[in-house]
Amino acid sequence: MVKINGKELDITGKTLADYLAATDYDPKRIAVERNGEIVPRNQYSKTVLADGDRIEIVSFVGGG
Amino acid sequence: MEERQGVKLQEKFASAVAAVCGLGGLGSNIALSLARAGIGKLILIDFDQVDVSNLHRQQYKASQVGAYKTEALTACLKEIAPYIELETHTVRMTEANTVALLKDADVICEAFDNAECKAMLVNIVLEQMPSKYLVAASGMAGIDSANLIQTRKVMERFYLCGDEVSEVSEAESLLSSRVMLCAAHQAHIVLRILAGEFES
Repeated sequence: MVKINGKELDITGKTLADYLAATDYDPKRIAVERNGEIVPRNQYSKTVLADGDRIEIVSFVGGG
Repeated sequence: MEERQGVKLQEKFASAVAAVCGLGGLGSNIALSLARAGIGKLILIDFDQVDVSNLHRQQYKASQVGAYKTEALTACLKEIAPYIELETHTVRMTEANTVALLKDADVICEAFDNAECKAMLVNIVLEQMPSKYLVAASGMAGIDSANLIQTRKVMERFYLCGDEVSEVSEAESLLSSRVMLCAAHQAHIVLRILAGEFES
């Protein structure tokens, strides 16, 4: 199981890019942390989610 | 100011450098707050000019419409904190120039209005400048409760202020009070970081 923003999901083995594509997240408006480290944007398609991973996705909205 | 805050705190602020990326509703307010608190140096970055539509939430005057924000804000800041050191860059921040622009900052404030620019800056700083403290903002539009504006520690050196959901749109515009709240959250966590007070 992979924890994404506190929620456990059964997506072990998927790439981060594949997971994001199935959501409403806009890859150009987010920052992703995996187990305490930032995941570089050019690594989303190469990052394979492992069992026990803790992922935090921060989503930015316009206005400032 | 020294008597109120204690000499040590004042020294910490006076020896610090903060970068403010974007000098709009967030950035102009953050800069003023930090200047009043006695920060030693501000790096101010914005390519844009003051527009009449900015006046409802940005710290500029009607007489400054048309001026570059870097110049207009410099004028405001020098009247408030005559001895503050200011480094201005009237440029648009890009993937290519961000690291060079921010290299001297201890703390970096993301104060853009565009969501993609926010994400770009946050990712560059976290990927390439991990020793810097980063304070970003997301979600402050509309007239929802002020109590929903928060400061959240996302990573060891990355803080996010705002309600994280209220996006500017046709239905929800930016009110100066709510934008100032978010900017104050950002300025305050900058001061706390400089004082060695980190959120848990």
